[in-house]
Amino acid sequence: MSCKPMKKDESVPLAQHRRTFFTQAAAGVSLMALAPGVRLVELAMANSEDSLPSNDKRWGLLVDTAKCESGCDECVSACNSEHGLSGHGRPETDAQWIRKVDLKDEQTGHELSIPILCQHCEDPPCVDVCPTGASFRRADGIVLVDKHICIGCRYCMMACPFQARSFIHEDLTGQKTHSPRGKGIVESCTLCVHRIDEDQEPACVEACREAGHDALVFGDLEDAAGPLASLSRKTATRELRPDLKLNTGVRYTSF
Amino acid sequence: MRPKVINLERNSIAGLIALCLTLLLSTGDAVADVVTPEVPMGRGAQCVEPIEIMRRDHFEFIKHQRDQTVYHGIRGSKHSLAGCIDCHASKGTEGEFLPINAEGQFCQTCHTYAAVKIDCFTCHATVPD
Ligand code: SF4
Ligand code: SF4
Repeated sequence: MSCKPMKKDESVPLAQHRRTFFTQAAAGVSLMALAPGVRLVELAMANSEDSLPSNDKRWGLLVDTAKCESGCDECVSACNSEHGLSGHGRPETDAQWIRKVDLKDEQTGHELSIPILCQHCEDPPCVDVCPTGASFRRADGIVLVDKHICIGCRYCMMACPFQARSFIHEDLTGQKTHSPRGKGIVESCTLCVHRIDEDQEPACVEACREAGHDALVFGDLEDAAGPLASLSRKTATRELRPDLKLNTGVRYTSF
Repeated sequence: MRPKVINLERNSIAGLIALCLTLLLSTGDAVADVVTPEVPMGRGAQCVEPIEIMRRDHFEFIKHQRDQTVYHGIRGSKHSLAGCIDCHASKGTEGEFLPINAEGQFCQTCHTYAAVKIDCFTCHATVPD
């Protein structure tokens, strides 16, 4: 059983992954000289030529299932309105970037209610199968579709173990400026990349906190002092389908 | 003498068409029998690049910017499509923004004239936020 967040190579601690090891180690030395909370390089307000997404960061999400309430769908509504997702009353095919799933342990009767969304896998099957390179993983770990080159073949939908992707069947109008979407293209949770680029948290995380549940913790898994990495270090967390060794950026705790 | 064979590649043909269009649009008055489109110009005194350059190369700028945004998260820079719409969207009688790809509006007018089908607005917002 895996009870703490591990990278693919289980002997390597969280913050010391691959190429980031040396940069992290070097940054660690200089950070010690500064006061707590003061960083040599502050997060930029928006990305620019000088501050591109890099693998020094890995954005992720931790879901505290103990705080997630059955019947609450604040995260889902927030996602829908942030990205302008609206359905045709056909749940089988309507776009769905995040959904609430209720689970029950038949042995004990224990019940759980959890949000399922794109898990932002480190080794994403959706990227492996994409014939055009449209499905890709940004340097900071966010898995996206470059909709300009997606041909709508839907291989990625078949490959994703979490049914996290949706295909748009109808012409759309009234899209949001920050979230272009259209017919014939596959889409999924972007972790609100447009907000992250402006130094804000995803819409679902904000909505969950505003609803008083605070079940979603967003942050940088590589930032050992940040909220996500420090919580993940202290608490037993797990990924869905750990057998697939996807090393997901979205993890769950308290179950 | 044998006639010279002129071998135009696809790119240079496209360039030639763009050049002709630029000439037609910029010298509309001089060429008396050519009808040029009436394009609603939008707000602001100056585009992000000189008009001749925008007429010829706007799609190159937008295409470059799209990759910067999708892969590097660089948003709101001067060649962003959202920026085009912010400036060039006109308002209707009720003060509401008119879709930039509607008939008679900025993008559509010129592309109709040039017989170019634009695909941007299958996905992208057509009015400012
Ligand atoms: S959860 Fe699915 S869509 Fe998201 S990265 Fe993994 S395989 Fe791709
Ligand atoms: S639907 Fe698009 S993103 Fe998915 S595999 Fe096909 S081309 Fe790639």
